[in-house]
Amino acid sequence: MAGLAAAFGSGAMTNSVPEFEDADCILITGSNTTSSHPLIASRIMTAKAKGAKIIVIDPRRTHMAALADIHVKQNLGSDVAWINGLMHIILKEGWHNQSFIDERTEGFEELKKVIENYTPEKVEEITGIPKETLREIAEIYAKSEKSSIVYCMGITQHITGTDNVKSLANLAMLTGQIGRPSTGVNPLRGQNNVQGSTDMAAIPNKYPGYQDVTSDEVREKFEKAWGGPLSPNVGLTVVEMINAIEEGKLKGLYILGENPMISDPDSTHVEKALDDIEFLVVQDIFLTETARKADVVLPGSSFAEKDGTYTGTDRRLQKIRKAIEPLGDAKEDWEILCLVGKAMGSKGFDFASPSEVFDELAELTPIYHGIDYDRIEHEIIHWPCRDKDDPGSPYLHKDGFARGKGLFTAIEYKPPAELPDDEYPHQLTTGRLPFHYHTGTMTRVSPSLTHEVNEAFIELHPEDAKSLGVRNGEKVRVSSRRGSIEVKVMLTPGIKKGVAFIPFHFVEAAANRLTNAAALDPIAKIPEYKVCAIKIEKLDGREA
Amino acid sequence: MEYQTVRTTCTYCGTGCGVLLEVLDGEVIGTLPQKDHPINEGKLCIKGWNAHEFIYADGRLTKPLIRKGDKLEEASWDEALQYVAKRFLELKEKYGPDSLGCFSSAKCTNEENYLLQKIFRAVIGTNNVDHCARL
Ligand code: SF4
Ligand code: SF4
Repeated sequence: MAGLAAAFGSGAMTNSVPEFEDADCILITGSNTTSSHPLIASRIMTAKAKGAKIIVIDPRRTHMAALADIHVKQNLGSDVAWINGLMHIILKEGWHNQSFIDERTEGFEELKKVIENYTPEKVEEITGIPKETLREIAEIYAKSEKSSIVYCMGITQHITGTDNVKSLANLAMLTGQIGRPSTGVNPLRGQNNVQGSTDMAAIPNKYPGYQDVTSDEVREKFEKAWGGPLSPNVGLTVVEMINAIEEGKLKGLYILGENPMISDPDSTHVEKALDDIEFLVVQDIFLTETARKADVVLPGSSFAEKDGTYTGTDRRLQKIRKAIEPLGDAKEDWEILCLVGKAMGSKGFDFASPSEVFDELAELTPIYHGIDYDRIEHEIIHWPCRDKDDPGSPYLHKDGFARGKGLFTAIEYKPPAELPDDEYPHQLTTGRLPFHYHTGTMTRVSPSLTHEVNEAFIELHPEDAKSLGVRNGEKVRVSSRRGSIEVKVMLTPGIKKGVAFIPFHFVEAAANRLTNAAALDPIAKIPEYKVCAIKIEKLDGREA
Repeated sequence: MEYQTVRTTCTYCGTGCGVLLEVLDGEVIGTLPQKDHPINEGKLCIKGWNAHEFIYADGRLTKPLIRKGDKLEEASWDEALQYVAKRFLELKEKYGPDSLGCFSSAKCTNEENYLLQKIFRAVIGTNNVDHCARL
């Protein structure tokens, strides 16, 4: 998100989901779209049926990869290099859009200098992508009338995550593939309301609507609206808060509907922090591993038991509606939060319904300003929507970027933080399965979904398995510098040799016990849990 | 028997497909796709078709719990809320507002996210507000 915001002035998906259908080229990277966003994948299939070229750059042979016109497996963590390589070819061949660059962007000269060095030969060596294929991809992407880029956590969960995203933004600006329907740079958000929770400033440096906490003018506006002094200092991120607990600086924590014991990159570390903290409140619908550590647990409600809004991955405001009462003595979550605010003696929580909460937040959030419950009852609105007559914005950056000029950033390739060595010779990458949802607190209690897959596994290339002497279905111990877990082997020729994949939904073998939290992307502070070094051992005591 | 369908949004991913929850006598019994929804146009994936199943799963919390020694024991709302407010305000008094923080949720609604960050920013006085979805 930080990467796109730096380039364009907004970190959100630039175009809306239905637009994919009319693209001429869709370049997908770091997104297992068929698994994680099936109904977006089906739009992409429609585009293909209508003649679009689909290009997938992913170390795994995902379903989408199997259906693509071109699929290449890049070396893990080599994304900046292949993107620079594409731009090198595009410039050399004159496939770039000079008038777009001149009128709409800045920073081009610096970019040009850096990509000069990314010759197809050098890029092939770093990324493993044959130079002929790289050229073919460059030509299709640059020369198609409408090309769209789609990415997901495979791109952002690297030490170079912000660089990767900025590089994709560079590519779109270089070719003018942005600011029109069916083009753009499109991050697919994993959980249902990632976009909305960020819009609502569940981030330490902004007020709702991406307004800076460090700006005096903005702060005064919120001080007036909320009736009291506010902190001018940027707060801590999740990972920094966990570290602050261990340093004795953070004493009280309120966790709403999250299970960081499983979802956090280094869960042994998180467990210790949650044991140590002085006061922990968890508001959730299940007694998760995290809730078990709490001093107070407040029972909330599922999406069927309350009203509210979500903002879909393409900035689309949608309602959820109450179908039944909360179970037992549980309460609707918005109501619990109002009661907590009131119990602390504040007068700012006198809301009779979620619709009233929405009216207050829309008042303070310029990009939501024109939206209300009545409108979204019968209209599809994508933010920004600045007043009641504004129909909203299916695609962004039409006549100018949110930040004014689009900003090119010249970026050099850096290798991943933890490379395989003699002791930990394999590379591990983690991800999602089609049948489960994040840490599995919701989906693993659902019989139809657990029927499909209910055990953690490690995907290995058959040749790797052969040299380890392990068979399909056999249990192995997988260790990294941080911890170890036991999982079953699942052989698949669809994965790159030397690379293993573990899904992260399973408590009993949480892949995040292995991953690397110490290496944080310096800007987005996303832990690198897409890549780390591991060793795989047979369990029966014999040498693996 | 009273049967109705409630128009709502699938909670399993950011695509935000339109679903209908089937409610029979106050109980959710099924999920159907909305035919007229611009995103899914009458289709759902396997997660969407089963979006209702976790609602009645074993282990749903139905009462506030407060830790007494090693155990979490049932408590009244009043007791739980007063205790939460008292402890947070005490810690703020003793160690300052930046000794407190919250993890908000990419699974919760806009309104819930807004309210939680408002508690921490406006009442506690800290910007230690984040969510787990950058993970
Ligand atoms: S983490 Fe999941 S959603 Fe993200 S790229 Fe990997 S498989 Fe796709
Ligand atoms: S039905 Fe599937 S694709 Fe649609 S929102 Fe639900 S999980 Fe996502």
